[in-house]
Amino acid sequence: MSADAKPRSFQALIMRLNQYWGDQGCVILQPHDEQVGAGTLHPATVLRALGPKPWNAAYVQPSRRPGDGRYGENPNRLQHYYQYQVILKPNPANMQDLYLGSLRAIGLDLKLHDIRFVEDDWENPTVGAWGLGWEVWCDGMEVSQYTYFQQVGGLDVSPVAGELTYGLERLAMYVFGVDNVYDLPFNDPDSPLGAISYGEVFLENERQHSEANFHGYDVDVLKGQFEDMERQVPLMLARNYQNKALVLPAYDMVLKASHLFNLMNARGAIAVAERASYIGRIRDLCKMCAQAWVDQQEEAA
Amino acid sequence: MPQLLLELFSEEIPARMQGNAARDLERMARDGLAKAGLISEGLKAFAGPRRLTLVVEGLPIAQPDTAEEMKGPRVGSPDQALDGFLRKTGLTRDQLVERDGLYFGVVKKTGRPTAEIIAELVEQIVRGFAWPKSMTWGTGKLRWVRPLQRILCVFNREVVPLEIDGIVAGDLSEGHRFLSETRVFRARDFDEYHEALAGHFVVLDVEERKQRILEGARTLCFARGLELVEDEGLLEEVAGLAEWPTPILGDMDPAFLDLPPEVIRTSMRTHQKYFAVKTPGQPGLAPHFLVVANIEAPDGGKAIAAGNAKVLSARLSDARFFWDEDRLGEAFDRWLKKLNGVTFQAKLGTMAERVERITALAREIAPLVGADPDKAERAARLAKADLASDMVGEFPELQGIMGGYYARAFGLDDDVADAVRDHYRPQGPGDAVPTAPLSVAVALADKLDTLVGFFAIDEKPTGSKDPFALRRAALGVIRVVLENGVRLELSALTKVHLFRIESIWRVLDVVFRNLGEFDSGDRSFGTDEGVFEPLEHSSIMTWLDVYDEDAAGRWEDIESQVEFERRFGFYLQSREVALWPEERPRYDSEYAANRLGWADWNDLRAAGERAAVRFSGGLTAFLADRLKVLLRDQGKRHDLVDAVFALGDDDLVRIVARVEALSGFLATEDGTNLLQGYKRAVNILRAEEKKGELPTGAPSRAAAPAEEGALFDALTAAAPKLDAALAAEDFTGAMTALAALRGPVDAFFEKVLVNSDVPEERDNRLRLLMQVRDAMGRVADFSLVTG
Repeated sequence: MSADAKPRSFQALIMRLNQYWGDQGCVILQPHDEQVGAGTLHPATVLRALGPKPWNAAYVQPSRRPGDGRYGENPNRLQHYYQYQVILKPNPANMQDLYLGSLRAIGLDLKLHDIRFVEDDWENPTVGAWGLGWEVWCDGMEVSQYTYFQQVGGLDVSPVAGELTYGLERLAMYVFGVDNVYDLPFNDPDSPLGAISYGEVFLENERQHSEANFHGYDVDVLKGQFEDMERQVPLMLARNYQNKALVLPAYDMVLKASHLFNLMNARGAIAVAERASYIGRIRDLCKMCAQAWVDQQEEAA
Repeated sequence: MPQLLLELFSEEIPARMQGNAARDLERMARDGLAKAGLISEGLKAFAGPRRLTLVVEGLPIAQPDTAEEMKGPRVGSPDQALDGFLRKTGLTRDQLVERDGLYFGVVKKTGRPTAEIIAELVEQIVRGFAWPKSMTWGTGKLRWVRPLQRILCVFNREVVPLEIDGIVAGDLSEGHRFLSETRVFRARDFDEYHEALAGHFVVLDVEERKQRILEGARTLCFARGLELVEDEGLLEEVAGLAEWPTPILGDMDPAFLDLPPEVIRTSMRTHQKYFAVKTPGQPGLAPHFLVVANIEAPDGGKAIAAGNAKVLSARLSDARFFWDEDRLGEAFDRWLKKLNGVTFQAKLGTMAERVERITALAREIAPLVGADPDKAERAARLAKADLASDMVGEFPELQGIMGGYYARAFGLDDDVADAVRDHYRPQGPGDAVPTAPLSVAVALADKLDTLVGFFAIDEKPTGSKDPFALRRAALGVIRVVLENGVRLELSALTKVHLFRIESIWRVLDVVFRNLGEFDSGDRSFGTDEGVFEPLEHSSIMTWLDVYDEDAAGRWEDIESQVEFERRFGFYLQSREVALWPEERPRYDSEYAANRLGWADWNDLRAAGERAAVRFSGGLTAFLADRLKVLLRDQGKRHDLVDAVFALGDDDLVRIVARVEALSGFLATEDGTNLLQGYKRAVNILRAEEKKGELPTGAPSRAAAPAEEGALFDALTAAAPKLDAALAAEDFTGAMTALAALRGPVDAFFEKVLVNSDVPEERDNRLRLLMQVRDAMGRVADFSLVTG
């Protein structure tokens, strides 16, 4: 298969990206095994963006947005989808060119399609992070988010990390000219073992989780679990193992809290007035982890 | 003469920042060069998606040499002093001259090469550039809007040596990201640069880019019998998003045309930055869109058009979903309920409370503008409901417009739907003012509630800061009032409206409750228990500050509850009197007298009134100020506006009528002469007042001199005419009545000596002058008129 031709399946598209970013020298990671709302939240981004050490990684991260579930009935919206995440720290001077190279690698002809960098300043209040950058448009469709991190966990990011996030389903729908996400070819349509569509893999998942997200979870249980996580974080950070606080386990607790908050939100259990306070609580936990992480990084350096 | 060319080449600059960036670059360069004594023949800056460019024509090759004479020590001073002076100036003894007993020396300075100055200036500009948001990147510390990639800096065809945080300036730049084959090119002056850019698919000048878009778009539309829906703001934005803007006409599924055209246009514009297209001579939109791409594709843009059409379909499907959902069931009831949970402003309560206030105010205004109060109430109650709709949640700029559509969809009367739709208008100086009585009533109520509310919590605009757009609201009130000839007593309206802001009274209520065991029964300021959290001391002070300038200070000293009630109870009291004048106030007279120390509750009421008057006075003054600005912009004389405002009127229509009559009058010979007479009279009165009190009482008719008697007669004759004209608000008539005084006043000053030795004569003449002053003062304060 020539590198210029389009990949033939969703999984081939992911493999192309892995190949491309691996060739650039990135560490190709696997997803973090916690439920998260976005690829950014993977410790490989949030924590590794902080501190002085260089870090270049790429990975797929399943992302959960409980409120976006549509029982499999909406062709564009999913409560579980994949993000492809690249982090380059410090960002290389030719990062835009590298990014455009990745679009070519998945078969987009940049002489034929209109690529635009449209201002979009990214912010994630739950992890106290923000940066400047763009959403990247291909023929009017947002295919990636491109951000130069300025702060994470309320701390300055220095050197600056460049972050790329590709919404994989949306990008694939564009590359394959498919209108319904469930029609995406998951594997090669000519596979000798049989073609499998995205719907065959995930449709039932969307149905069941949509129902669970909107009606299934017991709000009191969620609330109790959220509070449990909230208690765990400072405990982990207060522990001392080989002269270090347990930042990484603590951060996993933050991720759990964040996901529990999203679940409560989808259940409609969070009043407008409470929302800000919950977000503030998660941000505070995240900031504690970020600060502890940076302290450890600086001690090590 | 040598030319400077500077280009700051970066990653994509947000479109909205480009215009200001070009202006800032031009200003910083002009100021910096001027400060170094370098005057150019011309200077121009350009901004685009990836570059800021500056060209300066006709700079000297170096700064001019200067010679400055410096004063040295006194002749005969000790040697050290002279040596010091020589060292400082670098001169020798024989270069000094003696004059007036002092040494003088001329210090000549050779001008520095311009290139050196440019190198410093460029660094200053780059490091000091005021982007609305800037960032660092990589391992550097430099801040720019996005990573700065290259600096091209040539002066007189030579590279200016300079380096900023590792970026070395050169004579290289880059062309279009996708269309240019070689990408990098070299340029040593502006002509080469401009030509190379064009060859590398970059249009430098934003005006040229806009022109290219418009012409291309119109041609494409024309070829298919269509017409572009022009949109200046969008044009400006897309011109900042493409270096090689290339319009492409795409097709939209005609099934979406059943959506309101505003929805389609807004979805196209905000989400996709497309222009809408229509068929000439037909209402609504045509099923097409115009997208401005950044490339010329080998397939003529077919793939781009198809891709964009697909995205637009997804967007419009979302809009269709909102449109359908919003029209289900008892939507307005649902939305109004939702507004209970929407905060308008922390101190001003919820949106639902705001709706209640606007409703009451619209009802009050309705009869004054010829609208039916019941209908005004209905329209006002629905006016904000669409804020809770899905569509307005997605497209806030469609507020009002959607409300109008939904009101019609739910079968409400057209005039109610129109009022819902138009009550936000005018939204800017170019926007039309509503004229239907119902729309006028709701539009005024909406804007006045905003003004009263934010003034009540002391969020007035200061300097260039006006976060709640109160100036726009004020100008909206003024335009609606003037263009519809609406007669309002603004002070009275705003004063009563202040009392409608429940959240404020809630706070005062809490203040009272927190003071201790305030007795129950009809004397309590009872609301539902447990609703209010105890307030911080400081926040109470802030509130009281707004209501009483001395309150904060006094609060500090207040020990007892009774004392506090005595001082601040009147705020609550006066509110009750204003809103429910028929009902017995909660403070009865016995209570007021015995416990609070006021003679009776009328005193409380009076104190509350004073506070409210002070408040509405401040707001009226703000409106007056905006009216002044408006009138001045229309070319009315500033002093005439002041002269009329000094009368303290708050009826905007009457104020403008007075200003117009006054300005007509002062354009006549009678007017200018009478003004002179007035000034003379006032000067005399002022001078005499210093010597002792002016006489009181009315003048009598003097038998002689004739001119004194004639003035008396003229004043006597003018008085009823003036009365009648003013009563009829016929200000031109009032001016005519005053004009009759001109001859007698002139003759009086010519023939009559005011300062007679006979005290009775002097007093009578002063009384006459006072009458002249007072008669004219009923029309305007002529003392504020200049010339």
